[in-house]
Amino acid sequence: MGSTFVGMPAFPEAARGALADSQLRRNMAHATGTIREKRARVVAEVPGWEELRLTGAAVKDAALLDLGRHLVDLESALRANGAVVHWARDAAEACAIVASVAHDHDAEEVVKVKSMATQEIGLNEALAADGIAAWETDLAELIVQLGDDLPSHILVPAIHRNRAEIREIFLRRMAEAGRPAPADLTDDPAALAEAAREHLREKFLRAKVAVSGANFAVAETGTLVVVESEGNGRMCLTLPEVLVSVVGIEKVVPTWQDLAPMLQLLPRSSTGERMNPYTSTWSGVTPGDGPQEVHVVLLDNGRTRALADEVGRQALRCIRCSACLNVCPVYERVGGHAYGSVYPGPIGAILNPLMRGPGSNEQVDSLPYASSLCGACFEVCPVRIDIPEVLVDLRAQVVDAHRGDRVPKPEALAMRATAYAFTDARRLSAGERISGLAGRLLDSVSRTTLPGGRRGSSWLPGPFTAWTSARDLPNPPRESFRAWWRRTGGGRR
Amino acid sequence: MRVALMVTCINDAMYPETGRAVVTLLRRLGVEVDFPAAQTCCAQPMVNTGYLDEAVPVVRTFVDAFAGYDAVVTPSGSCAASVRHQHALVARRSGDADLGAAVAEVAPRVHELSEFLVDVLGVTDVGAYFPHRVTLHPTCHSLRMLGVGDRPRRLLEAVRGLTLAELPAATECCGFGGTFAVKNADTSVAMGADKARHVRETGAEVLVAGDSSCLMHIGGLLSRQRSGVRTMHLAEVLAATEDA
Repeated sequence: MGSTFVGMPAFPEAARGALADSQLRRNMAHATGTIREKRARVVAEVPGWEELRLTGAAVKDAALLDLGRHLVDLESALRANGAVVHWARDAAEACAIVASVAHDHDAEEVVKVKSMATQEIGLNEALAADGIAAWETDLAELIVQLGDDLPSHILVPAIHRNRAEIREIFLRRMAEAGRPAPADLTDDPAALAEAAREHLREKFLRAKVAVSGANFAVAETGTLVVVESEGNGRMCLTLPEVLVSVVGIEKVVPTWQDLAPMLQLLPRSSTGERMNPYTSTWSGVTPGDGPQEVHVVLLDNGRTRALADEVGRQALRCIRCSACLNVCPVYERVGGHAYGSVYPGPIGAILNPLMRGPGSNEQVDSLPYASSLCGACFEVCPVRIDIPEVLVDLRAQVVDAHRGDRVPKPEALAMRATAYAFTDARRLSAGERISGLAGRLLDSVSRTTLPGGRRGSSWLPGPFTAWTSARDLPNPPRESFRAWWRRTGGGRR
Repeated sequence: MRVALMVTCINDAMYPETGRAVVTLLRRLGVEVDFPAAQTCCAQPMVNTGYLDEAVPVVRTFVDAFAGYDAVVTPSGSCAASVRHQHALVARRSGDADLGAAVAEVAPRVHELSEFLVDVLGVTDVGAYFPHRVTLHPTCHSLRMLGVGDRPRRLLEAVRGLTLAELPAATECCGFGGTFAVKNADTSVAMGADKARHVRETGAEVLVAGDSSCLMHIGGLLSRQRSGVRTMHLAEVLAATEDA
């Protein structure tokens, strides 16, 4: 089991496919709309929300400003607490470390706490290739895993599925992964949850090794923190003998005190709850309680690249709440798969190019353009990541990476021509005389009249087809504003 | 006070009636605007598509055209936001300190029309008469980059004869997004189709907004759908009186 995003087409093409799926659009509109309203409600009841956002951003910025020192502090504190610390430059190194820990304990399976970092590195697929089964225990991740599907949301990875589809997946696939779903399973949410609970319980009790990520890593105390809603995380973090946590290096916060604003910002922004149901913290090994062997894999995998980006480094403040996804009008319509990454939506549109580098891959380069720059994401981000600003900067990086191309793209030629016309008003004026003539011509051939009486066109050739395929366009007026001003002295003659 | 009209390239070339409406409206309120003939575009199409080098000479043309005015008024939230938030970025890219200084001088004087009316002139009742049922799309850059808040709404509420219908999900983007409208045409149209549906649900005769670009997009869909709903710029509604 397991699918990957490898080979996904660029965003516009992937989006076209997704937009044709009317069931998906209904599921997404319903789900994002519900979470959006819940978030808005619980955020509105916090009097100093804006101050809290500023504090959250400041905490993460302080950590990132001196990341090297905080990471070394984290490493020493973890070691002092009896944990084994590993450093992984990339996905392959991180996966190899986890696999070797599992092999050391002759484990043929591991149970997993929902973790973006392990999805990012393709851990489940890497472990499978090594003969180790990795079981997702978060309900939505289980749905994705059993369905041979891909996650489409950071927090709610099966957001694109409705409950009838989930029932189908459970009935069809649970048996080959362990305890089967009851034959009389209905699509009642409580019944679906109960089937998952029964299925997972035997896995929690059997597994010797658990794998997790972490929402935060406190440098001063060597404490990892996992925030979750279902209790599956608590099971994984306490029952197995061995725990391996894969933690992105940007998860570090300097002090225990720093958790205070983050733990207020995260649940309200993500699930729209005042407090999340389960917050687990552990600092290395506690003799006689919980896992007796604790490993922490500190993962770079492009994060230092993002940190070196002056405008984009703010993206490393991200606490994976998904508020930007839920509010994004683009994400709501196309869903998460179109972004071709475990990090979809507005944050994915900046994180992927920042971590992987623009200019090398057409799919990655299409992501900064997957936004209308409406700014709704920035408005809701609990750590004030100015996503539109980063998107525009990344667009410039994509363009710059192609400046040396021997054959420039049509878009580059069009932009150069437009800039040439806009550099001198006389050139623009000449262009408007030509468009005025084109308008006369179009008026004589087109049969479209826009509401209000203006003549327009429903079909235009060449590059205009992308517009007129679904939208009418008014024909250019015979006289531009500047020509009118010149002729009438600003309407005084 | 020397006031310049920044008409914007889209109004200049496609919607001259919007520029004429601003002139009429401001003249009625006792403000004679200049139209600096050297103006072209705010450079947003280049900046937002990633062509920063190409934007540099356009920004230079902009600051040259508008240097020396006490205030610049423009019937576009998006173009005002581009000047106020992005020109400094383009100047930095150019490495030209003089351009940076010129931008710092001109950019803060640029006001979107509703800001200029409410904040600079201190009026909300501009003496307009428009006996129609309208709905207002508040436009993203006006709302989120400029923070114009309810200024356009207050201006419309003071128009005699006008009935303002609430637009469902008003603050959601219409999907225009500049070159997004053609680079991601399918997504853009999907967003616009929902906006157009909400507009039709209001039963309004006219959709009003402070940005011609959004109106070109939503209006193009409303026209294709044979909805009968026409689009008008805020300036046109505010310029209308019993006489005209």
